[in-house]
Amino acid sequence: MKHIPSTATRRALTALAAGTVAAIALAGCSAGADDGGSESAGDGSFDSIEAALETGGEITYWSWTPSAEAQVAAFEEAYPNVKVNLVNAGTNNEEYTKLQNAIKAGSGAPDVVQVEYYAFPQFALTDAFVDLSQYGFGDFEDDYTASTWNSVTDGDAIYGLPQDSGPMALFYNKTVFDAAGVAVPTTWDEYYEAAKAIHAADPNAYITNDIGDAGFATSMIWQAGGQPFTTSGTDVTLDLQDDGSKKWADNWNRLVEEDLLAPYGSWSDEWFRGLGDGSLATLVIGAWMPGNLISGAPDGSGDWRVAPMPTYDGTAATAENGGGGQAVTKQSENPELAAGFLWWLNNSEESISTFLESGGFPSTTAELSSEEFLSDAPEYFGGQKINEVLAAAADDVVEGWNYLPYQVYANSIFGDTVGQSYQNGTDLNEGLTAWQDALVEYGDSQGFSVNK
Amino acid sequence: MALAFHRQATKRHDPMNPRNSNTLLIVMIVYALYTLVPLVWLLFSSTKTQAGLFSSFGLWFSDDFAFFDNLVATFSYRDGIFLRWLGNTLLYVVVGAGGATLLATMAGYGLAKYRFPGRRAVFAVVLGAVAVPGTALAVPTFLLFSELGLTNTPWAVIIPSLISPFGLYLIWVFATESVPTELLEAARIDGAGEFRTFFTISMRLLAPGIVTVALFTVVATWNNYFLPLIMLSDPDWYPLTVGLNQWSNQAIGAGSQPIYNLVIMGSLLTIIPIVIAFLLLQRFWQSGLTAGSVKQ
Amino acid sequence: MTTDFTATLGRSGIRRREKRDWRGWAFVGPFMVVFALVFLTPLAYAMYLSFFQEKLIGGTAFVGLDNYVRALTDPQFWEAFGRVLIFLVIQVPIMLVLALGAALALDSARLRGASFFRILIFLPYAVPAVVAVLMWGYIYGDQFGLTANFNDLLGFEALTPFAKEWMLVSIGNIVTWEFVGYNMLIFYSSLKTIPTDMYEAASLDGAGAWRTIFSIKIPSVRGALVIASIFSIIGSFQLFNEPNILRPLAPNVITTYFTPNMYAYNLSFAGQQFNYAATIAIIMGIITAVIAYVVQLRGSKTEVR
Repeated sequence: MKHIPSTATRRALTALAAGTVAAIALAGCSAGADDGGSESAGDGSFDSIEAALETGGEITYWSWTPSAEAQVAAFEEAYPNVKVNLVNAGTNNEEYTKLQNAIKAGSGAPDVVQVEYYAFPQFALTDAFVDLSQYGFGDFEDDYTASTWNSVTDGDAIYGLPQDSGPMALFYNKTVFDAAGVAVPTTWDEYYEAAKAIHAADPNAYITNDIGDAGFATSMIWQAGGQPFTTSGTDVTLDLQDDGSKKWADNWNRLVEEDLLAPYGSWSDEWFRGLGDGSLATLVIGAWMPGNLISGAPDGSGDWRVAPMPTYDGTAATAENGGGGQAVTKQSENPELAAGFLWWLNNSEESISTFLESGGFPSTTAELSSEEFLSDAPEYFGGQKINEVLAAAADDVVEGWNYLPYQVYANSIFGDTVGQSYQNGTDLNEGLTAWQDALVEYGDSQGFSVNK
Repeated sequence: MALAFHRQATKRHDPMNPRNSNTLLIVMIVYALYTLVPLVWLLFSSTKTQAGLFSSFGLWFSDDFAFFDNLVATFSYRDGIFLRWLGNTLLYVVVGAGGATLLATMAGYGLAKYRFPGRRAVFAVVLGAVAVPGTALAVPTFLLFSELGLTNTPWAVIIPSLISPFGLYLIWVFATESVPTELLEAARIDGAGEFRTFFTISMRLLAPGIVTVALFTVVATWNNYFLPLIMLSDPDWYPLTVGLNQWSNQAIGAGSQPIYNLVIMGSLLTIIPIVIAFLLLQRFWQSGLTAGSVKQ
Repeated sequence: MTTDFTATLGRSGIRRREKRDWRGWAFVGPFMVVFALVFLTPLAYAMYLSFFQEKLIGGTAFVGLDNYVRALTDPQFWEAFGRVLIFLVIQVPIMLVLALGAALALDSARLRGASFFRILIFLPYAVPAVVAVLMWGYIYGDQFGLTANFNDLLGFEALTPFAKEWMLVSIGNIVTWEFVGYNMLIFYSSLKTIPTDMYEAASLDGAGAWRTIFSIKIPSVRGALVIASIFSIIGSFQLFNEPNILRPLAPNVITTYFTPNMYAYNLSFAGQQFNYAATIAIIMGIITAVIAYVVQLRGSKTEVR
């Protein structure tokens, strides 16, 4: 029973492709594309990328986005010499686990991989991604919003290209608010009042759900102006009790302690139900939510609207929640080709419009300011031009935020620490302190110098 | 002689031919209900649409009857990847469970019927290795298989599933109790080789045990989830469990496409072959062992 | 009988007794070869790992017994261990008693539709984890699920499966539901190997149904009972699937260190701390193996044969 492992076949083919590229490049004209190894000395020019795309080859792309299939098909039509193996290797943590395992084993990683923003620093730190500045990717900086570009770069190094973004906004169920006679909140104090009113009017209804979510908490601290995580090389400063953190915790404490939050997690059965039947009145969440509402809570059609995220003092401020981009891994045997695909994926008109069609929210400034995008008025939202609100939100993202170089781990122990405050209905500041202590300990044990 | 005894026995309360007990029936029905409630939910849910799942009572139908729609959708989603996963699982089960049963039966038999050097060590080593939590061994196993170039291939799923420590012990116990050494000695006198004896005589005596081990290994390989999840990154090689998990996760995150109705129908379909396997194998559980060749 | 045979074997018999008998390895060999690859090699590697520490910054270094010291003084590890110990002491006896009862009932020939019940009780074992989470998520769901309906019916929050105090019971219920059928089958097939002439003899002696059960059936399944106990103990110490399944539904009650196996898993996959995870696993392995061995010794001490 002989079986030729697909890995070997793939490796053989990519090696062949890389060899062909090398031969042609050396024999022919332009820039110094070498034998396809990951340490190629790019000369800051994009030419080698274009050459690779013309020559063709085979690459593997790990992604879980629904639009990936259509995008890959369109790409292969535009560049017939390139074959892209699209693999859905799992959603976020599952994919990151496989990626980490493959990196550790030294083989098995794809050429291009989808990574959420909060995980970029971790992989960049462990030198898993190719620095794209050597191919002139710095030219694309202005194509993207500041916060998304910041998320994929570290100083001069560029580790990927943003695909979507998630500036936060307030999604609210107008029917519920009207029934309870409550105005749409613009500040957090108003939000708290609305929470009480809505829950009083209907004990089965809640202003929103929260049983502890690391992504949500970090985004909220971000909006409040907190900068709990700062990294400089291997020096990490952790302060989950800085002004911004405390501001959010004190604000949110009232909701937690008074049981004003629905006791189920996001993406659960109850959550989808609640969105559809009105027991969840609002969602403070990233701008990519409309697609999810439309496909996951069809019963709520016509009830929902979008408003700017509530603020602490009335000045517009938002944060990013979720979203990610793609990167080229160092294990890629054809990094120029991989980079070329990445460029097309996140920087070409055709690809981006395919992405938007599937319900994604763009990270590119061009789309965010285009007429077509801004005039979209989905039926689900009662004909409201939601993108006007969401694009404005993208402009108001607070600057200066960083994730930890071990954010994936940090988020995994959120429930153990901050989650306990939610569970017991106690002070979130204590939970944040517990989280910080655990993260400091972890950072130290991993060789970082934390808070020194 | 036996006949006379039997006739005499039937006059009194006869454990050989007892009356059916109603108390027992009631108790078993209660327990059966406990077993069934979650499965009944699964059955009803498989008839509902995605929206219907969230708006209706779990233990009854919703307004739409979408059983056949779900069935078709499950098999045709993404160019019929479900069928591919089904095929993969069958491969893993036939080779994996078949191999596991064979290896465990041979090894258990060997431990029971032969006094060989290292016998006690085998017992201690297997038990000791099994006692270590598997999750921490997952990464070393992955790295090992990666070195061998086996990750992301069917072998990465099949080879680990060839070991059934439980099957080993079960056969060991069965062989000790049900395969009389005198029988083996008799066969040896007759000139039969060890393997010939094993395949022609011993296996028949071990039948109930082998069937049990086969059933367990079939279920274990059919439901194998953790290691395949780590070993496989290409969905083309996923078994059904990992595939369904992927479908389930499609509901999460930006741009999600919840397909709970397909996950549930897929889950129902995943259970059915086990039921079939069970029904097929249970013919081999015979009542008692006549073991006529050993009767003195 | 045996002695007569070996005596008649004469010269060849003596020679056979003097020579070491390696025949058993022909049978055990294939299993052990694969076992070495799949279990022993990773285990050896894990043991090796437990003496090192790999950091994200700074690479790998030999740390001797540091990981073991850390584990022995780790409150999270011992909390997890205590939890599975309690779970084991309560859940395993309940489950095995139910399984034995079911097996005896099915074997009693006094049950109508026995083969129907047999497959019904076995069915939960056939359900894969991803399905179990959906089912139990519904049943335990206290917002829209069956529990919610039940509480509504009674008018107050009678059942709170996800509350801290009840979580272990909720998980125990799932494990029992899943594995009674599995253990039942083991006992049942063991009962099926009892020669029918034993029953004949018993009925001749005037033994009734209960006497038969206690004097013939239960002693005869002793071997299977010991095996089932050992593996249930190992399974309890390695509790992972069920709490992991329920985790998204109660992420604050089920912490990343809820059971030792979950702790090792999260250390490995979320924290990239393979060395420490290996250490935890080895310590758990040693404790589990010792207890399993003790059970095995006590179980086979008074073996009938």
